[in-house]
Amino acid sequence: MLFLALVSWGASAQHDHSSMGNSGSSHSNMAPKVKEEPRVIPSIKVNHSLLVTSILDNYLSLKDALVDDNSKKAASSGKTLFDALGKFDLSSQAASKQKELKDILDDAKENAEHISENADKIDHQREHFELLGGDLKDLIVITGADRTLYQLFCSMYNNNKGGKWLSATDKVKNPFFGGENKKCGRVLVEITVK
Amino acid sequence: MKSLKRIGLAVLVVLVGIQFIPSRTNQDKEVSPSDFITTNRVPENIRHIMRTSCYDCHSNNTDYPWYSRVQPIGWLLEHHIKKGKAELNFSEFGSYSVRKQKSKLSSMANQIEKDEMPLSSYTLIHRDARLSKESKKTLVDYLNALQDSLQ
Repeated sequence: MLFLALVSWGASAQHDHSSMGNSGSSHSNMAPKVKEEPRVIPSIKVNHSLLVTSILDNYLSLKDALVDDNSKKAASSGKTLFDALGKFDLSSQAASKQKELKDILDDAKENAEHISENADKIDHQREHFELLGGDLKDLIVITGADRTLYQLFCSMYNNNKGGKWLSATDKVKNPFFGGENKKCGRVLVEITVK
Repeated sequence: MKSLKRIGLAVLVVLVGIQFIPSRTNQDKEVSPSDFITTNRVPENIRHIMRTSCYDCHSNNTDYPWYSRVQPIGWLLEHHIKKGKAELNFSEFGSYSVRKQKSKLSSMANQIEKDEMPLSSYTLIHRDARLSKESKKTLVDYLNALQDSLQ
């Protein structure tokens, strides 16, 4: 319940302190002159688990490749991520959670596969990367994780529909735009290990 | 000259010959209970757009145009259907997990919006399948709204 409450809080928070622009200029110069209220970042605590280590490693290297506009590297990370997802042992999980986990893993695998097969289409890779981030967040809420992660959100992605992703730091490096729009985003949820 | 004639004749023989190789038909007798249009009670205007522009390659029921009997056009169509159904099959959509349905709806909207779908290599021959600007918007808005409504 707490988790649901946190998620709905995150989804309903409309204020997006994202900014675009050159990395050299300071944030306060770029943002409108409105006094920002300090935001409390919601936090989710998950169990400690080493089962998702290689999944998260590969996801994060995929994310870094997209930040760098490196479609080829994204494709190869997508492939290793696909393999890592395939190795996840469902039988290690509670029977009541296995159906949901299977749906998550199947969807994640399909998205990873698309990323691996579209080395020449970075926009298409990014579409599937956005979906993948949602899958993996839902995955670690159930399975637990081995590190602190942040779910970040950029409202400008996909014609302002917005896009989410996971990162090991709360520093914003946007994987959806590359180039000079790397600053779009804010932390939506912090996911920490119990 | 003589060899040119021979080649011409050989090509003709092959072109006529391949017309007799049967191609597989993708036509279920019944509409599946998990069909996208049935399970989502899709409104008539959207239904029409989807049947014309999507269903021929992305369902178990292809409405074959007359020229699909001509080879190799029929084979090309068969190839599109095989690949299309592997990616997304509207006849089975209702049996997908909600997560997969949402992912597919998001991908559909994106692909249509970016003019990736219907494939240009397909609409080149199948001119009916092209989406007008208005149809495109109607369809994308519908798919986005449906995605948001799924829980």
